[in-house]
Amino acid sequence: MTKDIRKTGVSRRTIVAAGLAGAGVLAMPTVLRAQDRSLKVGVYGGYFKDSFDKHIFPEFTKVSGIAVESIAEPTGEAWLVQLEQAAKAGRAPADISMMSQVAMLKGQSTNLWAPLDLARIPNAGNLVDAFINKYPDGRVAGIGAVAWYITLVSNTDSFAEAPESWAVLWDPANKDKLGLLALVSNSFLLEVTAKTFMGGTAALDTEEGLLKALEKLAEVKPNVRLWYRDEAQFEQALKSGEIPMGQYYHDVTGLAAADGHPVRSTFPKEGGILDSGCWALSRASAKTDEAHIFIDYMSQPAIQGTMSRKVGTAPTVKRDLLDLTSEEFAGVSSEIDPIIPRYDLYQTKSDWLNQKWTELIVG
Amino acid sequence: MRREPARSLSDHLPVIFPALMLLVFFVIPFSIMIAVSFFQREQGGFYTTDFVFSNYERFLSAFFGGVLGFSLLLAASVAACCVALAFPFTYFLTCRTRRVQIAWLVGLLSVLSLSEVIIGFAWSTLFSRTAGISNLFVALGLMDQPTALLPGFGAVLTGMVYQALPYTILVLYPALVRLEPTLLEASRTLGASPLRGFFNIVIPALRNTIVATLIMVFVFALGSYLLPQILGRPQHWTLSVLITDQAIYQSNMPFAAAMAVFLVLISLALVGLTLLVGGRKDLTA
Repeated sequence: MTKDIRKTGVSRRTIVAAGLAGAGVLAMPTVLRAQDRSLKVGVYGGYFKDSFDKHIFPEFTKVSGIAVESIAEPTGEAWLVQLEQAAKAGRAPADISMMSQVAMLKGQSTNLWAPLDLARIPNAGNLVDAFINKYPDGRVAGIGAVAWYITLVSNTDSFAEAPESWAVLWDPANKDKLGLLALVSNSFLLEVTAKTFMGGTAALDTEEGLLKALEKLAEVKPNVRLWYRDEAQFEQALKSGEIPMGQYYHDVTGLAAADGHPVRSTFPKEGGILDSGCWALSRASAKTDEAHIFIDYMSQPAIQGTMSRKVGTAPTVKRDLLDLTSEEFAGVSSEIDPIIPRYDLYQTKSDWLNQKWTELIVG
Repeated sequence: MRREPARSLSDHLPVIFPALMLLVFFVIPFSIMIAVSFFQREQGGFYTTDFVFSNYERFLSAFFGGVLGFSLLLAASVAACCVALAFPFTYFLTCRTRRVQIAWLVGLLSVLSLSEVIIGFAWSTLFSRTAGISNLFVALGLMDQPTALLPGFGAVLTGMVYQALPYTILVLYPALVRLEPTLLEASRTLGASPLRGFFNIVIPALRNTIVATLIMVFVFALGSYLLPQILGRPQHWTLSVLITDQAIYQSNMPFAAAMAVFLVLISLALVGLTLLVGGRKDLTA
């Protein structure tokens, strides 16, 4: 063999040419970039994003070779508006974003979400069916990423006993002590009122029922010290005991308690509010392949288990596929029948509800 | 010195550049906003291009009237407090040595580097029950137990005055520094007390500056939306807070644009009215 090579004779000129070509390849970032795959992923900023950056994304990069650039997205629909405006201009500030159910529905109305191909996401079969978000015509808009509970939280220094029912929000003894979410579409307090006092969220089917719930909710106003839009605002006050009770996210409260802060999250007997986030791909993104790989990876039972343990979210995968112990599962979820938000209302009656709600809390 | 009329392109350049900036960053965005305010809102979605008045109709209600009224009242209070505090302060500052003046001005400029978010959270800590200044009063024996000084109108007003005060002082400073000292000396030789001199000479001489500063702070305060949220109760939310809610959280751009257009028109009208009243006084004086 060696002999043959010597015979064919690689001339010095060839070597120089090859060297130059090699240098040329190195100098051409576009060629390299084709192998250097990446994906911009939007997740809620703060504790949530930090946990994903630490425990979830590095493993994904190791397995898939796709680098993840995580983007801190604001809660609620602020991110939806930004994604929509950017998509109109053909840009995607994040390829994949974690979106709440209300935002998913609103994004559907403008075809903001690129349809996903379930055949390329075999692990999607592990999910509870309700967590596959579909367009009215059956195209898949998003795949359940995580579920989370909004529960009754309290400061353990101020309240020695954990509260048992959402009804404590109405207790006159808690005057000026509560922190509640400021918007009708993310606080889900109408559903809480209906479940606690009106026998269930079906009571909100009629406009009459909604008005009744709003009326009952108005009684809570004197107890509310802070109607918050920004989570950091309430979280800080809850930890310090400045505002010792309110509604907040079960996962983040658990993380804060684990860090030694005097806070606790309680599932009231009427149930916690169960909301969830989907992975959704912006139609302006060019990273369709990477996105499918990412979603498939995140839908594995093992990864869902890791997220429950490390981030504190409730899994979207069927319970029997998970390797979580019953204790671990109880830490992120609850056997109590949850309050399921009436997403349909925020679609069909959103402006009417928003107007009534704003008049309720501002007036 | 006679000013030469501009002839070549390079003569026009100093004017063209700011004009272009104004066009790109103000006139065009504002025109888009006016256009959007007439678009049709699609509930549960975004909007479609149209020409409807429904966004303005929704705004014309007692509820939004009340919010607008409060916003104007708050902005006017902030303007009045700022000028009342800043005017005497700046006057006394101009009487100091140059070194002292520079030290104060550098300090004030550095306050401008703080963002609204930092100011808001700092005041919310200062006014809190658990870590706030009321604890200091308890330690001094002035109060029995610490209390929360927020949320409330006082807290919102304090935060906003704190934010606008450096601007107020920096606007008043050049006019006060240029004030002819001989005017005051003359009043002193004629037997007026310093206090009388201040009210009868300094303030009337700078009436136009004071009015201009009031208007500037008023407009500045009218746009505030973060401090009322952090330091106030829902009844202290300004129209800007509700505009943000509609634009960012409800994705109702047409309604948000209609409210914003209305706010701009109202503030322009008020500024015009102030100038008109000021101008009349000039004629009669």
